[in-house]
Amino acid sequence: MNSPSLPDALRCVLWRDLLVAMRRRADVFTTLVFFVIVVSLFPLGVGPELKLLRTMAPGVVWVAALLASMLALNRLFAGDYADGALEQLVLAPQPLSLLVLAKIAAHWLTTGLPLVIVAPLLGLQFDLPAEALRILVASLLLGTPVLSLIGAIGAALTLGLRGGGALLSLLVLPLYVPVLIFGAGAVEASASGLGAGAHLSLLGAFLLVALVFAPWATAVALRISVE
Amino acid sequence: MLEAINLECVRGERRLFTNLGFRLTPHMLLEVRGANGSGKTSLLRMLCGLLFTAAGKITWNGTEIGVLNEEYRAQIAYLGHLSAVKDELSALENLLFAARLAATSGDTAEVAAALRWFGLEDFRHQPCKTLSQGQRRRVALARLRLAAGRPLWILDEPFTALDTSAVQLVQSLLESHLRAGGMAVLTTHQEVPVAAHSTQRIELKS
Repeated sequence: MNSPSLPDALRCVLWRDLLVAMRRRADVFTTLVFFVIVVSLFPLGVGPELKLLRTMAPGVVWVAALLASMLALNRLFAGDYADGALEQLVLAPQPLSLLVLAKIAAHWLTTGLPLVIVAPLLGLQFDLPAEALRILVASLLLGTPVLSLIGAIGAALTLGLRGGGALLSLLVLPLYVPVLIFGAGAVEASASGLGAGAHLSLLGAFLLVALVFAPWATAVALRISVE
Repeated sequence: MLEAINLECVRGERRLFTNLGFRLTPHMLLEVRGANGSGKTSLLRMLCGLLFTAAGKITWNGTEIGVLNEEYRAQIAYLGHLSAVKDELSALENLLFAARLAATSGDTAEVAAALRWFGLEDFRHQPCKTLSQGQRRRVALARLRLAAGRPLWILDEPFTALDTSAVQLVQSLLESHLRAGGMAVLTTHQEVPVAAHSTQRIELKS
């Protein structure tokens, strides 16, 4: 028997999830298109007043990112739960919290990262200056992994429940609030000349804390869910 | 050695079994029988550590499995009702990932050989959603072919959805595992004789 190798197992979980996502591209695109449409609705609804659009841009992009990443959360464990792969994950001879971290990473790469990449394009719709776009991307880059990490706890807790989707949003959205405040706040602060450093540092701190605690909490919740 | 002492299982309001105990040593097979809903699957999931025991304890070589944790999980191979086969992946990919995650043996050649043994060679690159129920079950069972190093096999109805030739394959796999000093716990509704050094039977009453 091979000795259980942790890096191997982590890479395996990451690759498997990426491969499954690649073969179900429709799911990935749904999240992305949802994000693009929600953000694009605002200029249409509010009208072409540039000053107004510029002020609300960070908030709109961030709220849309929040909703889009929540929309994708259901898929994080649901497939594995339904086909039994989750049982095998729980029974693997490696720490579950690290395996979960690999799953969350794969989830972020397929749902969070695309949002970060298209965000500057959407920002142009709101006539955001280059500096603000840069901060927007930086804040999303730090913030969306936190959304995936926090969301994973909720997804694990509501696994297998009927109507879990609605419950999931009630559970997770309030926890997203700090990320939203400092994410959107970073762009506003840089626009008003305060500098986004403080906000981005706080987002970075959220990310570090979430990286430590969320996989552990998710692992505990998963053990309860598979019981 | 796997030992269960005074196990009790409660699901919802019902007490499924109580004071259940057994001892499993190398070369031994444990057959769990009982009607639907009598707690066979629950018992097997308890033995894996997926389900908490309401009372009693399960020990592996004298230490509780909850304490051993990952060390214990490295000793078992579990096959449940759900086959853990991903629809989007091919049989080969499924088995490769499963082997790497469980850290059993299994490089590409070994995995291909296991699939060939289960008669899936021609289907190995097809996405599993195009396979039949029985073929998907074969993919799941091919994991056992790679799990020779795991002393304890816990199999929940391994023979369902299989045709006679596949049943024989699983049977011979089990027999060689037991001959080599392995242990196995098994639930089944079919009369499949598995030759073992010694066989214990537990009948769960509902």
